[in-house]
Amino acid sequence: MPDQPLLDVRDLRVSFRTRQGSVTVVDGLSFSVAPGEILGVVGESGSGKSVSMLAVLRLLTSPNVTVEGEVRFRGRDLLTLPDKEMRAVRGREIAMVFQDPMTALTPVYTVGWQIAEQIRAHEKVSRKEAHARAVGLLSDVGIPDAASRANAYPHEFSGGMRQRAVIAMALSCGPALLIADEPTTALDVTVQAQILDLMRELNAQGSAVVLITHDMGVISQIADRVLVMYGGRAAEEGPRRAVFHGPRHPYTWGLLDSVPRVGGPRLRRLPTIAGMPVAPGNLPDGCAFAPRCRLRHDRCEERPALRDFGDNAHRDACWLPDDDRASLRLSSRAAATDVPDMEREATP
Amino acid sequence: MTARTTPSEVLLRASDVTKHFPLRADRFSRHRRVLRAVDGVSLEVRSGETLGIVGESGCGKSTLGRCLVRLTELTGGRVEFDGQDISTLSTRRLRPVRPGMQLVFQDPQASLNPRRRAGDIVAEPLLVHRYGDAAAVRRRVAELFDVVGLAAAHLDRYPHEFSGGQRQRIGIARALATNPKLIVADEPVSALDVSIQAQVLNLFADLQEEFALTYVFIAHDLGVVRHVSDRIAVMYLGEIVELGETEALYKEPAHPYTQALLSAVPDIDDGADAPRRERIVLTGEVPNPVDKPTGCPFRTRCPYARERCALERPQLTVTASGRRTACHFPLID
Repeated sequence: MPDQPLLDVRDLRVSFRTRQGSVTVVDGLSFSVAPGEILGVVGESGSGKSVSMLAVLRLLTSPNVTVEGEVRFRGRDLLTLPDKEMRAVRGREIAMVFQDPMTALTPVYTVGWQIAEQIRAHEKVSRKEAHARAVGLLSDVGIPDAASRANAYPHEFSGGMRQRAVIAMALSCGPALLIADEPTTALDVTVQAQILDLMRELNAQGSAVVLITHDMGVISQIADRVLVMYGGRAAEEGPRRAVFHGPRHPYTWGLLDSVPRVGGPRLRRLPTIAGMPVAPGNLPDGCAFAPRCRLRHDRCEERPALRDFGDNAHRDACWLPDDDRASLRLSSRAAATDVPDMEREATP
Repeated sequence: MTARTTPSEVLLRASDVTKHFPLRADRFSRHRRVLRAVDGVSLEVRSGETLGIVGESGCGKSTLGRCLVRLTELTGGRVEFDGQDISTLSTRRLRPVRPGMQLVFQDPQASLNPRRRAGDIVAEPLLVHRYGDAAAVRRRVAELFDVVGLAAAHLDRYPHEFSGGQRQRIGIARALATNPKLIVADEPVSALDVSIQAQVLNLFADLQEEFALTYVFIAHDLGVVRHVSDRIAVMYLGEIVELGETEALYKEPAHPYTQALLSAVPDIDDGADAPRRERIVLTGEVPNPVDKPTGCPFRTRCPYARERCALERPQLTVTASGRRTACHFPLID
């Protein structure tokens, strides 16, 4: 990569100690985010996408969690940073937006107060000045009549407006990196389109964005690069065009093919991914996706590493031959449509 | 699910259905305010078809679904099922009608009793409607489990032991138990992961074919609705703003709201040269159904709104091309 990455995560491993023993939720995940880039992270529930980001921000504070690996942000390793310095990084240099904006806002203070508090936590400014900036931010994110809405409480806002307020808070210190975890999942499509525009604008002003979602459409609209996660590991990674136009990993094929589209041909039956997403703790020794993969073979007993093919840093973790993935995808899709999948949802 | 070629009979007919929820009067006003969840909806569901109902949250699509099977009392209008007006029937007279129309709910976690075994949950409608003796019920439940793709070993498990997709299968088996003609499915796949969603959608398709079912499929996901529906009704603030054949409606929306809704869906660009839709970003949010705008409900966000839209409420009328739309200035003829 020509640029020095802004965030560089190497071999991240997160495990939880449970009554049933240690459960590894993120297993040797490596990725990086360049300055000003939008990285889209996709995967189904339990793929470890949210947990890995919480680990990066050191928000997993339970004593039963172990986080190993290296998280370099602007050259510093966040995992070994003293708590006080980490607090200064969080909010000022790396901001976060979560799925449910109601839980990110406290119900007992006005929205304007909460944004002003965030500013005052990181910068030496007067109350009045902080409030004025909060009003400015609210109007920047498209809240009409911001001066009076700043004095409203979160419950007086609609879902879309709350998410805007949370984004305004995230923007308050001009972060270099915004981590957004399913920021539009709870919103209607017309409001989602507005929030995605807002993230694009923010990105145009220079912030890098990590966008976690399960919606391939959202990623396809906004991301520069895509990371597909399965079972706590990276399945495929690459530039958006490369991943969407020529997906290499069978799991990515499944994700793309099983979504009913708004345009294009209509199918009577959707191609499905057999079985259920792996539960953390039940990961096979070899490829995590092998139990659901229609092209599984002997080699899959061994765990595939994320391999580079030399083109555009498009990498994937799969043992299939490199050259004829496109035709393999077609034959596997045909098989996925014909086979009745009813019995295939594995019986535990 | 392709459209049947023969024009078939109407199984369900809703005429001018309204459902209003009175709100608690506040201390300073004498008038009780009213939330108009469903506000004058008329539609027909033909036997064997799937009618999709789409709209954003709060547009009244779920309430409409409940009105259609009379899970809630109507404020006004009538619903005919299989030629019989069910909107005024007494609870007792309604009972023999009930087996013919069943519901599948969004959240299988909330709609399955956590303290009962899966087999008992599916048996319940059979017992209520006196299906037969214990052995017959047991046989029927086992048959239903097989139909929806659950194993016999699952009969004695509790809902929490199942995955989301399997729980939805239990909900579907329960709905099928009484051999219904009509199933109203309210967001049946929106809580599921994409790979599981596809499996459940395929199950819906297979069951429709096998048992000649009629579906009313309520969802907010425009891709899902297109996939399952023969015809689609688009709702906004308790009213149907457009109703038409799926492909025609997606290709050429007649109502500005349908157009904006479709253009807001983030489509997957996978290199296939599908024509891109021009994006229309709506400003603002859906108005409160308590204070609906005068005239056309959509006029406050409509990019094409004119004076007439504020004065006169547009009725759902048939355009020259056979589309039904409630707009003074439809986008197609």
